[in-house]
Amino acid sequence: MAHTELSATPSSLAAPKPARRPARAIAILSIVALIAIGCFMLIGASANWAFILPFRAGKLWALILVGYCVAVSTVLFQTVTANRILTPSIMGFDALYILIQTIIVFFFSSQALSGADPRLQFLLEVATMAAFAGVLFQWLFMSGNRSLHLLVLVGIVCGVFFRSLAGLMQRMLDPNEFLVLQDTFFASFNSTDRTLLGVSTVIVIAASLVGLKMMPYFDVLTLGRPAAVSLGVPYKATVATILVIVAVLVSVSTALVGPITFFGLLVVSLAHAIAGESKHRYILPISILLGVICLVGGQTILERLFAFNTALSIIIEFVGGIVFIFLVLRGSMR
Amino acid sequence: MRYLVLGALCLLGLGVLSLFIGVSDVSITSLLTLGADGRPAQVLLASRIPRTLAVMLAGASMAIAGLVMQMIVRNRFVEPSTIGTVESASLGFLVVTILAPDWPVTGKMLVAAVFALAGTALFLRILRLVPLRDPLLVPLIGIMLGGVIGAVTTFFAYRFNLLASLLAWTMGDFSGILRGRYEMLWIGFVGMVLAWIAADRFTVAGLGQNLTTSLGLNYNAVVSLGLIIVSVVTACVVVTVGMVPFLGLIVPNVVSLIMGDNMRRSVPWVAIGGACFVLACDIFGRVVRAPYEIPISIVVGVVGSGIFLYLLLRRPYGAH
Repeated sequence: MAHTELSATPSSLAAPKPARRPARAIAILSIVALIAIGCFMLIGASANWAFILPFRAGKLWALILVGYCVAVSTVLFQTVTANRILTPSIMGFDALYILIQTIIVFFFSSQALSGADPRLQFLLEVATMAAFAGVLFQWLFMSGNRSLHLLVLVGIVCGVFFRSLAGLMQRMLDPNEFLVLQDTFFASFNSTDRTLLGVSTVIVIAASLVGLKMMPYFDVLTLGRPAAVSLGVPYKATVATILVIVAVLVSVSTALVGPITFFGLLVVSLAHAIAGESKHRYILPISILLGVICLVGGQTILERLFAFNTALSIIIEFVGGIVFIFLVLRGSMR
Repeated sequence: MRYLVLGALCLLGLGVLSLFIGVSDVSITSLLTLGADGRPAQVLLASRIPRTLAVMLAGASMAIAGLVMQMIVRNRFVEPSTIGTVESASLGFLVVTILAPDWPVTGKMLVAAVFALAGTALFLRILRLVPLRDPLLVPLIGIMLGGVIGAVTTFFAYRFNLLASLLAWTMGDFSGILRGRYEMLWIGFVGMVLAWIAADRFTVAGLGQNLTTSLGLNYNAVVSLGLIIVSVVTACVVVTVGMVPFLGLIVPNVVSLIMGDNMRRSVPWVAIGGACFVLACDIFGRVVRAPYEIPISIVVGVVGSGIFLYLLLRRPYGAH
């Protein structure tokens, strides 16, 4: 891939200091993550432990899963596209997932679906998403030499296109059916879908195992296509597999909490700044930990201290948008 | 010129068609048999004619606003919804709704216009600070700026329990248009006429500050006029109709694909094209799921982003 001009250097938000030890960062972040989890579980849980703890544990598990999925999918996507600005959600992956959900509801009416197991429906959605996103984005990235900015713009417009198309199809449904289904389309951090937690966990573990086998290739892929090919990476197969993994992870996180455009960008940019290194061995765990800390810690602070409930995604969008503008401008000034 | 008449006739035809489409039965026979006081005539006067006019005015003026912006910034991919103007206008509308809910709509529109102006000026300021070599970066930065402003708007709407109404009024929709609730769009029409008169100046201003000054024009005055037109038009449309994505982008681009880039010649085409396009989308939205309606922002969103994608991917570097 020729468009590495924005990103391929390992410098990050702060000037890289050789003395910084990514391993130490991982240790510190793990402790912070544990504290955040502890606070999330315990603060304000004065009475009725038997009810509160399992209730919060389910929510916590959903947040951790989402943090994991967003972090890993963003890192892998940036690896495949060899840049630091594109993320799956900026490229419209989660809008595509919502569109696929809608299409499935559209073609099998809600009666047929309400009888079926929601987990089965979820699996069907994830499979469709993986196939579709794999083909679409392989075409977008692999055909010809497109500039990075063009790809981002295409991704954003694709997102609008998918969302509008999903909106159109939702309106084409019977209004009563639409009301019944509205819950499944709009999830939030507060009302995560419990029934899908188990099957999501299984899917995420499976996808991670597949990804783990390709771990040695990741660092090489960051060098861009020519270098990766000449170093002996089976390029096409690897990229296709990684795109499928990314699609699966995005499906899980979107199904659990709905779309959050800039979260991945935020977490991974921060991870690069903290690590001062771009080896996946460090970036992946740091991103995951940061994702968990941001979601669990942010939700704890907003929910317990300020009694805000849905504001976390809004704050993420705000900060993430500014970070994105900053990254793009800095890249173009260089 | 002959083609222009043909285009105007096409618009007229769509307009007449729009008058007779809807849930309530309005047809020529029912109009004639029931007379001027009958229900069909009242529906026609109170709802159908205002709606059709509103659709035409909003479509034409948003398309012209996009054209003016493209001239000033010299970039094909800018328009009010890709540079943060629309989001700023709705932030202004939200702020005035929170602070002064009793103000008349015109006052709210003016506040929205001031916010839109500020947001657009902020965008131009960023462009001037950071010289961008890649034309695709301009809309990219603009869309992100719009996203950030949108997040601020959502946050305040959330804090003041206005999230549902924010969603309702930003979703572009003509179904609420009745007599007495669309007239502000005529202000947009005035802006459109001004843009037509000043078309040559915008073309010159697009050549850059130095060249404009040496040709004897006051660059800042021309750019300010353009920004004011764009902001006022956007504010009128956002306050009365809501957001209609990418409208100002695709219509001028399609016109320039067909006719080339002479602005004075293309202004009437862009206006007629915008009106026809939105009218066709509105009629589609009313017919396809009758008796329910599909909001215009969804129909235009699908068609508009489809065309936008085509424009982007048409050539390896679609911006030139």
